Amino acid sequence: MRRARLPWRAIGVGAGGLLVIAFCLAPFYWMVVSSLRAPHAIFENSLLPSTLSLENYRAIFGSRNSFAWALRNSVVIATTTTAVAMVLGALPAYAIVRLRFRGKLLLLVAVLVTARFPGVAIVTPLFETFADLGWIDRYPAMIVPDVAFALPLTIWVLTSFLAEMPWDLAGAAQVDGCTPGQAFRTVILPLAAPGVFTAAILVFIYAWNEYLVASVMSQTLASQPVTVAIAKFTGESQFQQPFGTRMAAGVVVTVPLVALVLLFQRRIVAGLTAGALKG
Amino acid sequence: MSSSRPRPAAERAARGGRRSDGPLALWLTLPTLVVLGLVVGYPVARACYRSLFDDPITVAPHFVGLANYAAALASVEFRAALVVTLFFTVVSVALEIVLGFAMALVMHREMRGRGWIRAAILVPWAIPTAVTAVLWSWMLQPAGIVNHLLGANILWTASAWPAKLAIVIADVWKTAPFVALLLLAGLELIPDELYEAAKLDGAGARQRFATITLPLVRRALLVAVLFRVLDVLRIYDLPALLTGGANDTTTLSLLVVRATIGNLQPGYGSALSTLTSVLILVVGIAFVRALGVDLMAAPAEEKG
Repeated sequence: MRRARLPWRAIGVGAGGLLVIAFCLAPFYWMVVSSLRAPHAIFENSLLPSTLSLENYRAIFGSRNSFAWALRNSVVIATTTTAVAMVLGALPAYAIVRLRFRGKLLLLVAVLVTARFPGVAIVTPLFETFADLGWIDRYPAMIVPDVAFALPLTIWVLTSFLAEMPWDLAGAAQVDGCTPGQAFRTVILPLAAPGVFTAAILVFIYAWNEYLVASVMSQTLASQPVTVAIAKFTGESQFQQPFGTRMAAGVVVTVPLVALVLLFQRRIVAGLTAGALKG
Repeated sequence: MSSSRPRPAAERAARGGRRSDGPLALWLTLPTLVVLGLVVGYPVARACYRSLFDDPITVAPHFVGLANYAAALASVEFRAALVVTLFFTVVSVALEIVLGFAMALVMHREMRGRGWIRAAILVPWAIPTAVTAVLWSWMLQPAGIVNHLLGANILWTASAWPAKLAIVIADVWKTAPFVALLLLAGLELIPDELYEAAKLDGAGARQRFATITLPLVRRALLVAVLFRVLDVLRIYDLPALLTGGANDTTTLSLLVVRATIGNLQPGYGSALSTLTSVLILVVGIAFVRALGVDLMAAPAEEKG
């Protein structure tokens, strides 16, 4: 009886797995396929393009849309945000895990509240402040808010990673004659690297994907990141929606993220679920 | 305060016997506090202050007390945005939890290709929301693939209910996988022995799900619901890019941006944004209160 049922269950689970993959990847696949269609064939609904065409990719890097500029802006904004957030976030994370001080809970609550605060409540007063500083349409107007919104994530992930570290080892190394600095460099830092790396991936993806702040602060190609640029793409005529070029741009923007996801899926999952579930 | 609680002597010894590391802790947290204060605290205070003044075009703003709040609360647009936002919150989160739970249960099974499923599930999460919006607006075109597959002729973003549905679909596609990951992590914490014991005791699959899986995954479930509810309450990118707020899809966030930036009414807009923030704060606090304070447990206190 039980033996007869087993293969059916396995088939059911396998079918469930395929369904999950299809649900997640079908729209992404459609973006790739649409981007490879010739502009006149964009409304074809065949599973494969009838003629493979790189016309859409040529168009996004052509003079009309200058997507390369937006890519450069996104790279600068996301990498700077990540670097600053790591340095700033590692300090309180260390303090939360290793030090005893009053106001720890308050700090954590402040960090949690910031993480879920509605960006629209901040964006207008920030715009006015940045306008006074002459920052509009310049990188700092996006990097500074991105850092602030990425800090909670950074602190959260780093704290949960640091809490799991064998801190006694550093003490043991000091007993064996290491200076505190040496113990930190040779024991703690190598062990902490994976956690920092995980946090860095998550913050980079966050900053790369940010839209609201950038849509308000950036005005021209000088600072517009990819998320804003894609939405503002223009077609051949003012009445034509440029879906082919948008799909191509979407692929270009998403491929680095998909590569990150494939390479570091274990770390990303660990980072996403860190802290939220243990205890 | 958690830090004032006495700790076991052994733990204190392990930490080098220091009583309090106040000064060092202050220096380590100061940069973060300054950044959060300047980028979040100051603008919030500025918006609260600005919300007490009117929006004349040529002269300097006058102090009007809570008039902007009264106007906002009485306005049709605020009520409509509130209803739409709550609609998205309830419908999207419910669908995401159900779908995410189903996906997590599938991924929890031993099978070949688990790594592939996990990689696939991260793709919607990793795609920028702006790209998600553009992608779904393409698929939901009148002559697009969704209508083609459905054999229907729906004008997705051009009429009220389909426009709402379009936003729900895009949001569920993007975040149900994230919910699945949170729930999967919760499922993996449940020891297999429990299921074995229940099986020996003759519990059926449905019984095991109801008496073991559901209660033990509760915390992960609550965290997922809380995160998603607070996220959808401030939803901006998807409606802004998919419908532009047309056809009764203007959420609170969209309304705030339209009032402050589009209509140049910083006073009225600031009142709207304060109301939105208060709503999110109240929902968050109510949620945590109603469903257990353990959600807020500090990570540093989470041992074992």
